[in-house]
Parts: sequence; C-alpha cells; structure tokens
Amino acid sequence: MASIKIRAKLSDGVTTVKALIQHPMETGQRKDKKTGKLIPAHFIQEVTCEHNGTNVMTALWGPAVSKNPYLSFKFKGAKVGDSLKLSWVDNKGENDSTETQVS
Amino acid sequence: MTNMKRRTFLKGSVAAGAVGAAMGAGLLTPRIVLAAWPTAAFEAKSVDSALDALAGSHALEGSDKISIRAPDIAENGAVVPVSISSDIPGIESMSIIAEKNANPLTASFTLGKGAEGFVSTRIKMGKTSSVIAVVKAGGKLYSTGKEVKVTIGGCGG
Repeated sequence: MASIKIRAKLSDGVTTVKALIQHPMETGQRKDKKTGKLIPAHFIQEVTCEHNGTNVMTALWGPAVSKNPYLSFKFKGAKVGDSLKLSWVDNKGENDSTETQVS
Repeated sequence: MTNMKRRTFLKGSVAAGAVGAAMGAGLLTPRIVLAAWPTAAFEAKSVDSALDALAGSHALEGSDKISIRAPDIAENGAVVPVSISSDIPGIESMSIIAEKNANPLTASFTLGKGAEGFVSTRIKMGKTSSVIAVVKAGGKLYSTGKEVKVTIGGCGG
C-alpha cells in the first residue's frame, strides 16, 4: 500500500522533508449521518523519520490532525543520495513505510 | 520411538521459528512503538492537563523566539495549515495545541539529531481559538500563541 508521498530536498546544508500520507484520520467524534452512530476513531498516532538509520524526527499525533495529513520538517547533516525512511503507525496497529533518497 | 521424538522436536522448532519471523518482519513492533504514545496527554480536556501529561509541567514561558504561521481566518476548520519555527537552541520537542478543541493537544514532534526548529502540518479546529506552539528546550517550556478564526468547524459531522 503506497500511502506515503515524500520528497526530501537538500539546500544550503539543510534538508527539507515534505510528506503527504493518505489516511482517514477519523476522530471518533463524528456521527454517521444515516445510522446516527459514532464512527470509530481511526488516526495515525506516530510518524517516524530515519536518516541513514538514525531517527531525526518523531511525530506524535492526536485525532485532530487533518485527513490525509501533510507533514514537513527540516534537518541538517544529510548528503544527496542519503536514504530517508518514513513510517507511520495508527491506533488500529496498521502501518506503512517508505524510503526515499535526499535530492 | 526415536521417530516420534524427532517429530515433536520439529514441531517445536517450527513454532519458535514462526514467532521469530513475526518479530523480524515487524509484525509485533507496532505494540512496542505505541507504548510511547502519551494517551493521557492526547485525551486531556484542558491545555494545562495535556501539558502536565506530556511534559510533566504546564509552566509556560512566553517567547518571541517562536513563530507560528497560521491563517488569521480559516474558512474550513477541517484543514488549518500550521507551521511553527523557532531558533531556541537545544529544542527537544515542538507541540501544537488548539486551545478550544475538545482535546487541545493536536500534535507533538520530538526532534532527533540534526533536526531544525521547524515543523509544519495541517490540523482540525472545532471553533475559533488560539493556536499555541509549545517548544521544549533544556527542560523548560516556551510558548507563543496565535488566534485563528474558524468560520466552519472541522470536528462536527
């Protein structure tokens, strides 16, 4: 399942990572209009990013992060061609990860 | 007889192998990873109790070294872009809090080695509220806030 789109661009020694993840990010507070029942919560809880195997950022998310979340952050110390791995885990234990190269 | 023993031995080793493979493939890791997720902080109903659960304190110090980029008026509360950046040295984590959401803590970013003081994401806001950026550095909490007007809430159905 390719749920992650990621781009990592190096400029002046700083790598800017931008990622889009496809996920419903259901809060658990919304009601199904037809049945009137609450839609169970389903959201990403943790996103981690590793640069050549070293963690550079861990995001802990609550259900209030928007649907199909966007994430961007910056870090120093990468070279062009370095590997960058982004993974997420949601509250149901579903997960996905992808790898990209710094460009 | 010897044959029987060999059979049980094989069964045992196959079972052990399956568990090992599951761990190796990462099937058991989500549980371990999720242990770090601060449930109490995300379920807290007020900013103070969320920060207590997340960082062990809610003693915020206002700082002009943090900047928040968010719209003054958000037409759609379901998608409010928020960026926070800071040049405070030694940042450990950066958190985004929407004060009037049912559960104010929205996201918390733990910065690793080499990470710059910048994160950007999109959040949901139930109503007009102050968005607070909390930066943890050197064991202290620094914050700054920005009012975002929401015309259509993003938490209702």
